[in-house]
Amino acid sequence: MSEMPAAARPNGRRQPKVTPPEGPPRASAYVCEAASCMSMQAHDVTVRLGGLVGEAGFTDVAVKRVGCLGLCAAGALVEIPETGQLFERVRPDDVGGIVNALRKVKPNATRAPQGPFFEKQVRVATENFGRIDPESLDDYLERGGYQSLQRALSGMTSAEVRDEITRSGLRGRGGAGYPTGLKWTTVAKAQGSPKYVICNADEGDPGAFMDRSVLESDPYRVLEGMAIAAFAVHASEGYVYCRAEYPLAVARLRSAIRNAQRAGYLGAGIADTSFNFDIQVRLGAGAFVCGEETALIASVEGRRGTPRPRPPYPAVSGLWGQPTLINNVETFANVPAILRKGPEWYAEIGHGKSRGTKVFALAGRIVNTGLVEVPMGMTLREIVFDIGGGIIDDRPFKAVQTGGPSGGCIPAQFLDMPVDYESLIEVGSFIGSGGLIVMDDTSCMVDVAKYFQDFCRDESCGKCTPCRVGTTQMYMLLDLITRGVATLDDLATLERLAGIVQKTALCGLGQGAPNPIFSTLRYFRDEYMAHIVDRVCPAGVCTIEPVEVMV
Amino acid sequence: MPIPYKKPPVPSDDRRWKIVETRMRRLGDRPQALIEALHAAQEAFGFLEIDALDYIGDTLGVPHSRVYGVATFYSFFSLKPQGEHTCVVCTGTACYINGAKEILGGLDRRLGVKPRETTPDGKVSILTARCLGACSLAPAVIVDGDVRGKVSADELVAQLEAM
Repeated sequence: MSEMPAAARPNGRRQPKVTPPEGPPRASAYVCEAASCMSMQAHDVTVRLGGLVGEAGFTDVAVKRVGCLGLCAAGALVEIPETGQLFERVRPDDVGGIVNALRKVKPNATRAPQGPFFEKQVRVATENFGRIDPESLDDYLERGGYQSLQRALSGMTSAEVRDEITRSGLRGRGGAGYPTGLKWTTVAKAQGSPKYVICNADEGDPGAFMDRSVLESDPYRVLEGMAIAAFAVHASEGYVYCRAEYPLAVARLRSAIRNAQRAGYLGAGIADTSFNFDIQVRLGAGAFVCGEETALIASVEGRRGTPRPRPPYPAVSGLWGQPTLINNVETFANVPAILRKGPEWYAEIGHGKSRGTKVFALAGRIVNTGLVEVPMGMTLREIVFDIGGGIIDDRPFKAVQTGGPSGGCIPAQFLDMPVDYESLIEVGSFIGSGGLIVMDDTSCMVDVAKYFQDFCRDESCGKCTPCRVGTTQMYMLLDLITRGVATLDDLATLERLAGIVQKTALCGLGQGAPNPIFSTLRYFRDEYMAHIVDRVCPAGVCTIEPVEVMV
Repeated sequence: MPIPYKKPPVPSDDRRWKIVETRMRRLGDRPQALIEALHAAQEAFGFLEIDALDYIGDTLGVPHSRVYGVATFYSFFSLKPQGEHTCVVCTGTACYINGAKEILGGLDRRLGVKPRETTPDGKVSILTARCLGACSLAPAVIVDGDVRGKVSADELVAQLEAM
């Protein structure tokens, strides 16, 4: 369909023909071929660079496509890993500088990229990003891939695997933060066979692209995590439910599944044991609500993606009524590292009850738009100003929006707050899947609330009345406010209605829909008042309608 | 006694039906293959004709009403043919705060088309997407499959008018 970016269209494109150097290369050029750089002609950069390296007669230089290098704002990106040099905004007709730099690399050089953007990050789920060719199983194995699965299958019982995950303190990275070990134990103990493992890759939050990057940059890791989970909960079949809007991620995932099947890491008798597990991909079709686990299950079953009341939870009765484990992409991506390096190592990273790291997608009015992974508990200020490089044009910071349409806006007064599950809930937001959208003084917070309400209204599946009707009514009230024709009574109605929807909606979409309103009212009530009482939009975003004044 | 199941014939000798048929057969011609089959049909034909819906329903043993229900529930599926060119405007949060609203407004003013509409001459269809994940290029649009980042309304309108 037309909604697929051509730059991300993987089929029909060939890898450039570069003779790989014999033995380890003296120098290499890693070209980021994740979706964002692909839309800046990264693949043409690889081809052109490969051609020039061939022409120059280098025999000890490798040109390689890799996964996301993180600094998406400055694509296309090329890194020379031996010297840590990062070339930004590379165009296919302008790669001569890189060839010259490759010429100068001394043998056996090693240096990581410099600067706070790279140095402050701690990479666990994204440890192979920009290091391996995403579709190459050999690359993944070379970086320690499938050691964890081997270890689990050859020397551990499923209870021991579950125990390690529990001790690591890993919690669901999809947003709710439910302890992963506990979920696995529930599924393992549930009656019924077969059991299923589902990977939720229906990353619908606008402004979030962590899961997409993981699938595009290190797909085997997710497959390994799922296989370990399947072993731990006694499942034999798995599904990855991925958005159709991510064609490149889907293509890499499918290729990884094929390669893993051929190499015996998926299928019957994995790694010469009696353990069987296979994975299929299911495509979403543009319904945000399918990120909700019961709606996702309905969609995998080929039905309309509408949620149902819980309990029973999918852990007890999920896909086709069988016990089903559903975890997010990033959760699965953490699993192999935990088993390889030990739960104690993982539990040491982090803050309070939130252990480990979290991948965030930085977007909005921020200099270093891109993907970062930081330890839980790092302050917002460090993320936005040190790693993110601050606000575009040095404008004043106004708020950061987290948690997508169910989240909230965090104002400047909380910049020094640690970012973890509990702290964010305390200030009326929610960690969500990890999109951090930074706003400056050019954003009107009432308008932002209206934007999210419009989103929820559009994406409401229509099954329950509070969400179907409530989101529309809240949108209409916000519309009145942004047009400058609302009264204070309308504001009171909005607040009351938001409370009702939050308490009575069936699933997370409806229950979370009022959150942007609550959080903007909590911290930016003055902006609401300015629209209603003074009839001005302080940020100059909303168009206030003229009214006749009685003289 | 169960009624013996008979696969329906393909609607026409258009070879694209083969693709749809194969995809369904690989998934065992079972009802759960419905969404995958609709994807296959849309990829092959560009949109979902009623013929396609009926054929898929009959093959998978799903009532036509349910096929229609699923096809209209998911916004990715289109039951109408698209214009010659398509322009997808991203309305994700990052694009929104960086000016997606101005782009849609410009398209409406200058070309007279709103999202999900096609210009009267059938040239350009305007679609919107909830975040393409190209947040670093905000505001982003996709014109005939090519992602364009950091676009302005005027530039885009000029490009589309020239097509």
